[in-house]
Amino acid sequence: MKQVLAQAMVLGLALVAALGLALPNAAQAQGGPLRIEITEGTIEPMAYAVPSFVAETPGAQQYAEQITQVIADDLTGTGLFREIPRDAHISRITSFESPVQFADWKAINALVLLTGAVSEQNGRVTVKFRIWDVFAGTELGDGMQFAATSDGWRRLAHKVADQVYSRLTGESGYFDSRVVFVSESGPKDQRAKRLAIMDYDGANVQYLTDSRSIVLAPRFSPNGERVLYTSYESGEPRVHVLNVGAVQSQIMSAGGGVMSFAPRFSPDGSKVVYSVTSGSNTDIYMRDLASGSTTQLTFTPAIETAPSFSPDGSRIVFESDRSGSQQLYVMPASGGEPTRISFGQGRYGTPVWSPRGDLIAFTKQNQGRFHIGVMRTDGSEERLLTASHLDEGPTWAPNGRVLMFSRETQGASGTSSLYSVDVAGRKLTRVRTPDGASDPSWGPLQ
Amino acid sequence: MTYLSKALMIAAALGLAACTSGDRFGAGSGADGYGAGAGANAGIVPGSANDPQSPAYFNQTIGDRVLFLVDQSSLTPEAQATLDAQAGWLMTNSDYLAVIEGHADEQGTREYNIALGARRANATMEYLISKGVAPNRLKIISYGKERPVEICSEESCYAKNRRAVTVISMGLGS
Repeated sequence: MKQVLAQAMVLGLALVAALGLALPNAAQAQGGPLRIEITEGTIEPMAYAVPSFVAETPGAQQYAEQITQVIADDLTGTGLFREIPRDAHISRITSFESPVQFADWKAINALVLLTGAVSEQNGRVTVKFRIWDVFAGTELGDGMQFAATSDGWRRLAHKVADQVYSRLTGESGYFDSRVVFVSESGPKDQRAKRLAIMDYDGANVQYLTDSRSIVLAPRFSPNGERVLYTSYESGEPRVHVLNVGAVQSQIMSAGGGVMSFAPRFSPDGSKVVYSVTSGSNTDIYMRDLASGSTTQLTFTPAIETAPSFSPDGSRIVFESDRSGSQQLYVMPASGGEPTRISFGQGRYGTPVWSPRGDLIAFTKQNQGRFHIGVMRTDGSEERLLTASHLDEGPTWAPNGRVLMFSRETQGASGTSSLYSVDVAGRKLTRVRTPDGASDPSWGPLQ
Repeated sequence: MTYLSKALMIAAALGLAACTSGDRFGAGSGADGYGAGAGANAGIVPGSANDPQSPAYFNQTIGDRVLFLVDQSSLTPEAQATLDAQAGWLMTNSDYLAVIEGHADEQGTREYNIALGARRANATMEYLISKGVAPNRLKIISYGKERPVEICSEESCYAKNRRAVTVISMGLGS
């Protein structure tokens, strides 16, 4: 296990500074076999136990139970971990400082034990936790604590889960992150759409626009502060930029009579790639946000759309039907000759470069079915992760290990929902949203 | 044209203008609301579907829309026949402007379908121009798969959703 852990981490949430606390008796982080390899195709989920965190102040009981539940939901939701139910537990954890009875946890085959405590004081919630390697009888890394205002308690839980995930997989987590998406209501022929933002697990939904105009395909900026989206507010589809904090939007480019859509930020947030339709032709353009200068990147009479930068900013993957059907191409970010990378059966669209740089996710349409899939950036090792009547528009979790996408059910009463799936295709999960939902864009780890 | 019929046509056009603002604009169901200014008298009622100069006649008798094959934007012979009649009407009724809305069925990704709808709308517009309609009276917009008129997930519905709809409105100068 890598020695990456601080004695205590200070977390600023909602402008409230957290107290740092060096936990006593913290065991040394150590190397060991307790590690889950998340790239393997099929694995046995790692069994863990998480007894309800101890409430250390009178007002903390409810937070302790809720935080423990969210942590368990995060971990179990990955498909990498399996929670041993509480009614199987032998030991009870009544104090954060009590010695752990490892034999009791070994007896129920828990490989990992997570213990924690929650306190609440003056509207602030503090959570501290330790991760234990049950069979080695040692602590995995050092204990940590996080604090926030009480309305940020879910983020505290996600922070803890991210630490557990990180220590057990060696990867960064993705639970303390948000997703911007399109909230949908109404039947298919009168569907109302508005932009919304939520926690990655569907909690804390907030609406960013009303439903007067069609809104499509929001995309987070790399730092999560801005959102690009396409709106019909002016009558025709145009790219807009919205400041998430101020909930203020503006049309990105001036000039009427032009349809623009499918925008995405560059990795440094300074540029936007997007499509412009002129007549029957759709090409890809890049706009420098500071100078407002615009560069045309593709020049064929075909449909070129859905551009996405590589994480180093040097290349752009996009879709084009220049060959006669939708296929994926990679070109230098400055434009230039593209290389086709998709060659399988069917049509390929909406490519998205993984933040790790290793894979490109896409929507594939073949024989009346839609799939979310991944391939290496040269097009090799294509793997389809889902299949349904209509799956589309994948977006990467900030650690590049999970995808979220839209799934529309078949028929006159069809509705759209968000799903997530890990890159190995093991765990498909529906993300609960209050209404229908589509076009997710996963923001950065907060 | 009598003063009254002109007034009724303007009323009908205003009804259309209201119809084209905001959310309803994309419905593509151009017949909605046209009867409002038409009255209920028998015979040729100005503004009604049996008044050849009315938008209702354009929408219902000539046909305001043409359909396309899967993932295609070329005009079928049937579509060309409809557009020939649309062009004739637009040349006769030169006070009207038209927005051509391109649409796709749900079998396709969202971005591609916006581009495909634009191709369909543009093919329609170019055909009308080739038949003599002034380009400055025409404009295109694509709704991709966002505004289906039929909602089943079968070819019978998809066929009706793959369409270009010519939505006419009274020009500002008239």
